[in-house]
Amino acid sequence: MMFEANLSYRAVFVLVVKRDLTIALRHRDDIFNPLLFFIIVVTLFPLGVGPESTTLTRIAPGIIWVAALLSTLLSLDRLFKSDHMDGSLEQMLLSPQPVFILVLAKVFAHWLITGLPLILVAPLLAVLLHMNELSYGALILTLLIGTPVLSLLGAVGVALTVGIKKGGVLLSLLVLPLFIPVLIFATSAIDTAAMNLPYSGQLAIIASLLFGSLTLAPFAIGAALKVSTN
Amino acid sequence: MPNQTTALITGSNLTCIRGDRILFEQLNFQINAGDIVQVEGPNGSGKTSLLRILCGLTAPFEGEVLFKQNLIGDNRELFHQNLLYIGHLPGVKGEMAAQENLEFNLSLHGLDAAQAEQTLSEVNLFGFEDSLASHLSAGQHRRISLARLFSSKSPVWILDEPFTAIDKNGVKRLEKLFSEHAQRGGCVILTTHQDLALPSDLVKKISLDYCIF
Repeated sequence: MMFEANLSYRAVFVLVVKRDLTIALRHRDDIFNPLLFFIIVVTLFPLGVGPESTTLTRIAPGIIWVAALLSTLLSLDRLFKSDHMDGSLEQMLLSPQPVFILVLAKVFAHWLITGLPLILVAPLLAVLLHMNELSYGALILTLLIGTPVLSLLGAVGVALTVGIKKGGVLLSLLVLPLFIPVLIFATSAIDTAAMNLPYSGQLAIIASLLFGSLTLAPFAIGAALKVSTN
Repeated sequence: MPNQTTALITGSNLTCIRGDRILFEQLNFQINAGDIVQVEGPNGSGKTSLLRILCGLTAPFEGEVLFKQNLIGDNRELFHQNLLYIGHLPGVKGEMAAQENLEFNLSLHGLDAAQAEQTLSEVNLFGFEDSLASHLSAGQHRRISLARLFSSKSPVWILDEPFTAIDKNGVKRLEKLFSEHAQRGGCVILTTHQDLALPSDLVKKISLDYCIF
């Protein structure tokens, strides 16, 4: 008695993404809490540093990006925690599907739920912060290729801390330093764009971070999940 | 000497250490096609640890687990295709309906999701297909996860306390399913504190005890 089950990698990917999106849409705080957090953090800055447009224009890229990092960090916890608590993570690890695909699908769903809304609302916040109009394109582009990196790197941290009861602080200590390169090159790209200079160099570096983490992070996440469920 | 070709799962020299305590040491056994093996022992004697080692979730301190004479880690996907593990936790998402949960589990394990509705009626969840799992009881959650047994084609079943929160009729139904599965050439490895109502020549036992050093 031997059994062979074959499901194409794409079918597995779609299956897991669909499931995670269904769960998120029925549990809307997952989508709205990080987004509202992002908006509130950004609106706090003009209240704190004063409404002079020159100051705000100067610090707008940094504010938006730091708020995006924090809001991603806030949402990361949900990525594997509930699956770990109810046992569905074990079932996924014991399924005959490659862990690489399962993990990639979960991270992609997480990005659709938390990264994409940030990108949609960011231009509006940029207006509130008097961001230089030349930098809008750079802002959207850096968020578009930068936020998936945050989700992928963050997932490694979550996978490592999923078995720990209060892993929240440890998670931020583990993950935030890894976000630094993205932050540096993204804000630098936006500043360069404001001076009407080409910023394709910075974009290329963020893109290389994206492809590097896209190919390597799922292995790290899979290995970390195995350690955490041990 | 048991026939080598029918051996599904072999444990050799398994040792499990949790904290400073040795739960079991130098455990050797062979589980053949057609066996129903009950792992018994008091609470904390390492039953769950043994089952988790057998399915590869936990690494043993020492020793190895073989599936058909090959290390389970050597061909992970082949082993997982032939394995069905249901642990303490049912793995049921509260945000999804009973049927959606089962459909996902079936497709994830490469089975036909179209049989989900019929399988749910096998475990007495007819009429609950579209209820969100968060509105169902603990026993019903367990039934959703056990429903996979009814359409499973995997020969190796590893079940941790499958009867928890299941009513008497459900237990009978499961015991019948186990003996059918064993007759088909599969094996069942389970832990339970209840006595199985199956004929005692069918059920083999692995007894774990406290070892004090």
